[in-house]
Amino acid sequence: MKRKGRTIKKLLPLYIMALPGLLYLFINNYLPLSGLVVAFKNFDYAKGIYHSDWIGFKNFEFLFKNSAAVVITRNTILYNLAFIAINTVTGIVVAILLNEVTSRKALKFYQTVILLPYLFSMIIISYLVFSFLSTDVGFLNKSILEPLGKAPVSWYNEAKYWPAILPVVNTWKSFGFQAIIFYASVISIDQSYYEAAQLDGAGKLQQIFYITLSFLKPVVIMMTLLAVGKIFYSDFGLFYQVTQNSGAIFSTTNTIDTYVYRALTQMGDVGMAAAAGVYQSAVGFLLVLAVNMAVRKISPENALF
Amino acid sequence: MKKRKGNMPAVTAHVLLMILALFCVLPIALLMISSLSDNDTVFRSGYSFLPGKWSLDAYKYLITQGETIFRAYGISIFVTVTGTAAGLLFTALFGYALSRRELPGRRVMNFFVFFTLLFNGGMVPTYLMYVNTFHIKNTLWALLIPTNILINGFNILLARTFFEANVPRELIESGKIDGAGEFPVFFRIVMPISKPILATVGLLIGIGYWNDWYNGLLYITQPKLFSLQNYLNRILLDIQFMTQSMSGNVDAASALAKMPTITVRMAIAVTGIVPLIVIFPFFQKYFARGITVGAIKG
Repeated sequence: MKRKGRTIKKLLPLYIMALPGLLYLFINNYLPLSGLVVAFKNFDYAKGIYHSDWIGFKNFEFLFKNSAAVVITRNTILYNLAFIAINTVTGIVVAILLNEVTSRKALKFYQTVILLPYLFSMIIISYLVFSFLSTDVGFLNKSILEPLGKAPVSWYNEAKYWPAILPVVNTWKSFGFQAIIFYASVISIDQSYYEAAQLDGAGKLQQIFYITLSFLKPVVIMMTLLAVGKIFYSDFGLFYQVTQNSGAIFSTTNTIDTYVYRALTQMGDVGMAAAAGVYQSAVGFLLVLAVNMAVRKISPENALF
Repeated sequence: MKKRKGNMPAVTAHVLLMILALFCVLPIALLMISSLSDNDTVFRSGYSFLPGKWSLDAYKYLITQGETIFRAYGISIFVTVTGTAAGLLFTALFGYALSRRELPGRRVMNFFVFFTLLFNGGMVPTYLMYVNTFHIKNTLWALLIPTNILINGFNILLARTFFEANVPRELIESGKIDGAGEFPVFFRIVMPISKPILATVGLLIGIGYWNDWYNGLLYITQPKLFSLQNYLNRILLDIQFMTQSMSGNVDAASALAKMPTITVRMAIAVTGIVPLIVIFPFFQKYFARGITVGAIKG
């Protein structure tokens, strides 16, 4: 007992090192958890979170009676599924292509360029998208549709185009990132497998199919499962900034995250915003647990907890 | 013949990768070219890769009328430098403490960190806490503190993993035999051999701050506290705001007439990405390492 006390005293500086981080995470990440109760209250700014009146599940009733609940859930899930599929395929293809490049300089060049979009904020990406889609001065309307003799399109007011636009934007931003992750696995494959396959007369495509892809399988499964665990969350910037918060296209651009933000700041409905947030967190958490169980079955050493 | 056949996959790879590189670069090029185009030409024929007429007017206008922009730039630089220095220090200290296996309570603290990656209170309770309890609305704190840019679980675990693998126990012990305390050991012995992880984490935090617009969107309503990203955010939706804030006078309509509005916006956006493009090639290696280790370790 006494000895333990002494060790702790001796290790006190290490606890002091941990303190700022512990304190920060406690305030920023744990303290707000208690505020989740606001979803079950009739929030009144004057009374604050803890003194507002309880109203049970009323906020949730309002939320799910609203047709928006279905739309935001559908949009969030479908976009995520599309993003997962596209990112996985492009990521694998690009990783395999990078693996064929032997020149170090060329390799560095490609890696730098394909990672560049990942560095930009969604605000900057909104500008890039705007330069293509602006109704009056956009590249698509002025330099492509006009010369073809077609009428200009009011992109930010036409909901039907966004299920195509958003995946393109998302792919532009993140395929390089995904590719670099897969590439790290590809280069760790022992070269002797390829040499043996060559001796057996296997062509390039066969080598890719039988060796590269089978070695990539665990990483791909892991990354996919992690993404599935986050399927109830969307990139707020992509759906709010890139769409310029345009009301005319909400039917194809509104997700749970943008809905929560608008309910909080534009409709001023704190209770409903909180209810949507709790719905997202609860389902999201269950999904993470489910995914973790799945990972545990497939490859226990990769399980999150 | 045989040799050419052997080169085919490499040639194909180069061709496809060049196309992808173009796909990445073209939108950025369009932005830059737009900022260097003549405003009237863009007004007539749109943003184009081959503008009929080049012009530096947008940048001239920025330099002469750009007080608001300089201010926003200053705020972004201040927040990025301060936030990155503090965040890097706290993250490295925390990660190092967690890497010391003899530390009692280490497992609990690890889980405490890890849980923040799985679950959080979400926008509403966090917003209400920061606004009503901590009153950070319209203060510089709002740009520095919320949303885990300063310290996040991912970076802490990244740092911990690095220290566990690369700082030999014996080195720490020998430092202590020489009579140095934990802090001197950390700063004089551990930090100097941990430059790769410091570069990686510093880069991730720095990019996070430079690009952040979310904190400003939620907590800043006064334009004088806008970061560059928040300023850009505002003027994309509201060009009047730009003319008013720049000319500073009431006669926004006449200022609008004089100002190359369509190209100035693009010029401001370019100033937001140039720092990233300039430093990135030097740090690309650290960045790639950070994301691969992080993604695979979860």
